[in-house]
Amino acid sequence: MDVLTQYIVYGALGFTVLGILFAFFRFVKGPTAADRTVALDTLTTISVAGLVLAGYLFQRFIYLDVALVYGVLGFIGIIVIARYLEGAL
Amino acid sequence: MIEVYHYIGLFLIVLGSIFLFLGGLGIYRMPDLYDRLQAGTKASTLGAMSLILGVGFLQMAQAMPDGSLQTNWLIKAIILVVFIALSNPISSHALARGAYKKGIKPLIKGGDDYDAYKEQFQTEKEEDKA
Repeated sequence: MDVLTQYIVYGALGFTVLGILFAFFRFVKGPTAADRTVALDTLTTISVAGLVLAGYLFQRFIYLDVALVYGVLGFIGIIVIARYLEGAL
Repeated sequence: MIEVYHYIGLFLIVLGSIFLFLGGLGIYRMPDLYDRLQAGTKASTLGAMSLILGVGFLQMAQAMPDGSLQTNWLIKAIILVVFIALSNPISSHALARGAYKKGIKPLIKGGDDYDAYKEQFQTEKEEDKA
Protein backbone atom coordinates (compact mmCIF):
# COMPACT_ATOMS: atom_id res chain seq x y z
CA MET A 1 0.00 0.00 0.00
CA ASP A 2 1.33 3.42 -0.89
CA VAL A 3 0.99 6.39 1.45
CA LEU A 4 -2.12 7.94 -0.14
CA THR A 5 -4.03 4.66 0.01
CA GLN A 6 -2.95 4.15 3.59
CA TYR A 7 -4.14 7.61 4.66
CA ILE A 8 -7.48 7.22 2.87
CA VAL A 9 -8.22 3.73 4.21
CA TYR A 10 -7.32 4.63 7.80
CA GLY A 11 -9.32 7.87 7.51
CA ALA A 12 -12.32 5.94 6.23
CA LEU A 13 -11.96 3.54 9.16
CA GLY A 14 -11.95 6.55 11.51
CA PHE A 15 -15.14 7.98 9.98
CA THR A 16 -16.83 4.58 10.19
CA VAL A 17 -15.91 4.23 13.85
CA LEU A 18 -17.28 7.74 14.51
CA GLY A 19 -20.57 6.69 12.92
CA ILE A 20 -20.66 3.56 15.10
CA LEU A 21 -19.98 5.76 18.14
CA PHE A 22 -22.88 8.15 17.42
CA ALA A 23 -25.29 5.28 16.74
CA PHE A 24 -24.14 3.64 19.96
CA PHE A 25 -24.88 6.83 21.94
CA ARG A 26 -28.44 6.67 20.60
CA PHE A 27 -28.59 2.96 21.44
CA VAL A 28 -27.71 3.74 25.05
CA LYS A 29 -29.85 6.87 25.31
CA GLY A 30 -32.95 6.10 23.20
CA PRO A 31 -36.12 6.67 25.24
CA THR A 32 -38.16 3.73 23.96
CA ALA A 33 -37.42 0.20 22.78
CA ALA A 34 -38.22 1.18 19.18
CA ASP A 35 -35.53 3.89 19.24
CA ARG A 36 -32.98 1.38 20.44
CA THR A 37 -33.99 -1.05 17.71
CA VAL A 38 -33.56 1.62 15.02
CA ALA A 39 -30.10 2.38 16.40
CA LEU A 40 -29.28 -1.35 16.40
CA ASP A 41 -30.33 -1.65 12.74
CA THR A 42 -27.98 1.17 11.73
CA LEU A 43 -25.22 -0.23 13.94
CA THR A 44 -25.46 -3.56 12.12
CA THR A 45 -25.20 -1.94 8.67
CA ILE A 46 -22.24 0.24 9.66
CA SER A 47 -20.51 -2.73 11.29
CA VAL A 48 -20.86 -4.83 8.13
CA ALA A 49 -19.06 -2.10 6.17
CA GLY A 50 -16.45 -1.80 8.92
CA LEU A 51 -15.80 -5.55 8.80
CA VAL A 52 -15.22 -5.41 5.03
CA LEU A 53 -12.78 -2.51 5.49
CA ALA A 54 -10.96 -4.43 8.25
CA GLY A 55 -10.76 -7.41 5.88
CA TYR A 56 -9.02 -5.21 3.33
CA LEU A 57 -6.60 -3.87 5.93
CA PHE A 58 -5.63 -7.35 7.17
CA GLN A 59 -5.83 -8.87 3.65
CA ARG A 60 -8.13 -11.67 4.84
CA PHE A 61 -10.77 -12.84 2.36
CA ILE A 62 -12.75 -14.67 5.06
CA TYR A 63 -13.85 -11.33 6.63
CA LEU A 64 -16.29 -10.82 3.75
CA ASP A 65 -18.05 -14.09 4.61
CA VAL A 66 -18.13 -13.02 8.26
CA ALA A 67 -19.72 -9.72 7.22
CA LEU A 68 -22.34 -11.52 5.11
CA VAL A 69 -23.34 -13.88 7.94
CA TYR A 70 -23.41 -10.99 10.43
CA GLY A 71 -25.69 -9.06 8.07
CA VAL A 72 -28.09 -11.99 7.66
CA LEU A 73 -28.31 -12.63 11.41
CA GLY A 74 -28.83 -8.93 12.16
CA PHE A 75 -31.58 -8.71 9.54
CA ILE A 76 -33.44 -11.68 11.05
CA GLY A 77 -33.07 -10.21 14.53
CA ILE A 78 -34.47 -6.84 13.45
CA ILE A 79 -37.46 -8.49 11.75
CA VAL A 80 -38.22 -10.53 14.88
CA ILE A 81 -37.98 -7.45 17.15
CA ALA A 82 -40.26 -5.50 14.77
CA ARG A 83 -42.85 -8.31 14.92
CA TYR A 84 -42.60 -8.20 18.70
CA LEU A 85 -43.19 -4.44 18.76
CA GLU A 86 -46.31 -4.94 16.65
CA GLY A 87 -47.62 -7.24 19.34
CA ALA A 88 -47.91 -10.16 16.94
CA LEU A 89 -45.37 -12.41 18.59
CA MET B 1 -5.84 0.50 -16.55
CA ILE B 2 -5.17 -1.00 -13.11
CA GLU B 3 -4.53 2.51 -11.74
CA VAL B 4 -8.04 3.52 -12.77
CA TYR B 5 -9.57 0.72 -10.70
CA HIS B 6 -7.42 1.83 -7.77
CA TYR B 7 -8.64 5.43 -7.92
CA ILE B 8 -12.29 4.35 -8.39
CA GLY B 9 -11.93 2.24 -5.25
CA LEU B 10 -10.42 5.12 -3.24
CA PHE B 11 -13.19 7.50 -4.35
CA LEU B 12 -15.92 5.00 -3.43
CA ILE B 13 -14.34 4.36 -0.02
CA VAL B 14 -14.20 8.09 0.79
CA LEU B 15 -17.83 8.58 -0.30
CA GLY B 16 -19.01 5.54 1.64
CA SER B 17 -17.27 6.41 4.88
CA ILE B 18 -18.61 9.97 4.82
CA PHE B 19 -22.15 8.69 4.30
CA LEU B 20 -21.75 6.12 7.09
CA PHE B 21 -20.63 8.91 9.43
CA LEU B 22 -23.63 11.03 8.40
CA GLY B 23 -25.95 8.08 9.02
CA GLY B 24 -24.64 7.66 12.56
CA LEU B 25 -24.90 11.40 13.18
CA GLY B 26 -28.48 11.42 11.88
CA ILE B 27 -29.40 8.57 14.18
CA TYR B 28 -28.04 10.58 17.10
CA ARG B 29 -29.33 14.06 16.23
CA MET B 30 -32.81 13.57 14.74
CA PRO B 31 -35.72 14.44 17.06
CA ASP B 32 -38.17 11.66 16.32
CA LEU B 33 -38.22 7.91 15.64
CA TYR B 34 -39.41 8.16 12.03
CA ASP B 35 -36.86 10.88 11.23
CA ARG B 36 -34.18 8.65 12.72
CA LEU B 37 -35.29 5.73 10.56
CA GLN B 38 -35.17 7.93 7.46
CA ALA B 39 -31.72 9.36 8.19
CA GLY B 40 -30.15 6.19 9.47
CA THR B 41 -31.40 3.72 6.92
CA LYS B 42 -30.95 5.74 3.72
CA ALA B 43 -27.56 7.19 4.52
CA SER B 44 -26.10 4.00 5.93
CA THR B 45 -27.41 1.90 3.01
CA LEU B 46 -25.69 4.13 0.45
CA GLY B 47 -22.57 4.35 2.59
CA ALA B 48 -22.22 0.62 3.15
CA MET B 49 -22.92 -0.21 -0.50
CA SER B 50 -20.33 2.18 -1.89
CA LEU B 51 -17.70 1.34 0.74
CA ILE B 52 -18.00 -2.41 0.08
CA LEU B 53 -17.84 -1.88 -3.69
CA GLY B 54 -14.84 0.37 -3.17
CA VAL B 55 -12.98 -2.33 -1.26
CA GLY B 56 -13.75 -4.75 -4.10
CA PHE B 57 -12.29 -2.35 -6.70
CA LEU B 58 -9.27 -1.58 -4.53
CA GLN B 59 -8.48 -5.25 -4.13
CA MET B 60 -9.00 -5.84 -7.86
CA ALA B 61 -6.25 -3.29 -8.55
CA GLN B 62 -3.75 -5.50 -6.72
CA ALA B 63 -2.90 -7.78 -9.63
CA MET B 64 -2.09 -11.45 -9.14
CA PRO B 65 1.53 -12.61 -9.75
CA ASP B 66 0.70 -13.72 -13.31
CA GLY B 67 -0.76 -10.29 -14.15
CA SER B 68 -4.45 -11.18 -14.17
CA LEU B 69 -6.99 -9.18 -12.16
CA GLN B 70 -8.06 -10.40 -8.72
CA THR B 71 -11.84 -10.50 -9.08
CA ASN B 72 -12.96 -12.80 -6.24
CA TRP B 73 -13.21 -9.90 -3.77
CA LEU B 74 -15.31 -7.88 -6.22
CA ILE B 75 -17.70 -10.80 -6.80
CA LYS B 76 -18.26 -11.32 -3.07
CA ALA B 77 -18.59 -7.56 -2.59
CA ILE B 78 -21.35 -7.48 -5.22
CA ILE B 79 -23.15 -10.32 -3.39
CA LEU B 80 -22.95 -8.26 -0.17
CA VAL B 81 -24.19 -5.12 -1.92
CA VAL B 82 -27.20 -6.96 -3.37
CA PHE B 83 -28.00 -8.41 0.04
CA ILE B 84 -27.82 -4.98 1.71
CA ALA B 85 -29.97 -3.42 -1.01
CA LEU B 86 -32.61 -6.11 -0.46
CA SER B 87 -32.59 -6.39 3.33
CA ASN B 88 -32.20 -2.82 4.62
CA PRO B 89 -35.43 -1.33 3.21
CA ILE B 90 -37.39 -4.38 4.41
CA SER B 91 -36.11 -4.10 7.96
CA SER B 92 -36.73 -0.34 8.14
CA HIS B 93 -40.26 -0.81 6.77
CA ALA B 94 -41.01 -3.52 9.33
CA LEU B 95 -39.64 -1.30 12.11
CA ALA B 96 -41.74 1.71 11.08
CA ARG B 97 -44.86 -0.46 10.91
CA GLY B 98 -44.15 -2.04 14.28
CA ALA B 99 -43.53 1.35 15.90
CA TYR B 100 -46.77 2.73 14.44
CA LYS B 101 -48.76 -0.23 15.70
CA LYS B 102 -47.16 0.20 19.12
CA GLY B 103 -48.63 3.71 19.16
CA ILE B 104 -45.63 5.99 18.63
CA LYS B 105 -46.76 9.24 16.95
CA PRO B 106 -44.63 11.37 14.60
CA LEU B 107 -43.62 14.83 15.86
CA ILE B 108 -45.74 17.02 13.54
CA LYS B 109 -48.10 19.82 14.55
CA GLY B 110 -51.59 18.45 13.91
CA GLY B 111 -50.05 15.17 12.84
CA ASP B 112 -53.36 13.34 12.72
CA ASP B 113 -54.48 15.41 9.71
CA TYR B 114 -51.68 13.93 7.59
CA ASP B 115 -52.01 10.39 8.86
CA ALA B 116 -52.88 8.43 5.72
CA TYR B 117 -52.13 5.06 7.29
CA LYS B 118 -54.70 5.52 10.05
CA GLU B 119 -57.81 4.54 8.05
CA GLN B 120 -56.11 1.52 6.54
CA PHE B 121 -54.92 0.52 9.99
CA GLN B 122 -58.47 0.71 11.35
CA THR B 123 -59.87 -1.45 8.52
CA GLU B 124 -57.07 -3.96 9.03
CA LYS B 125 -57.98 -4.16 12.71
CA GLU B 126 -61.66 -4.74 11.92
CA GLU B 127 -60.76 -7.42 9.41
CA ASP B 128 -58.65 -9.13 12.03
CA LYS B 129 -61.53 -9.13 14.46
CA ALA B 130 -64.02 -10.48 11.90
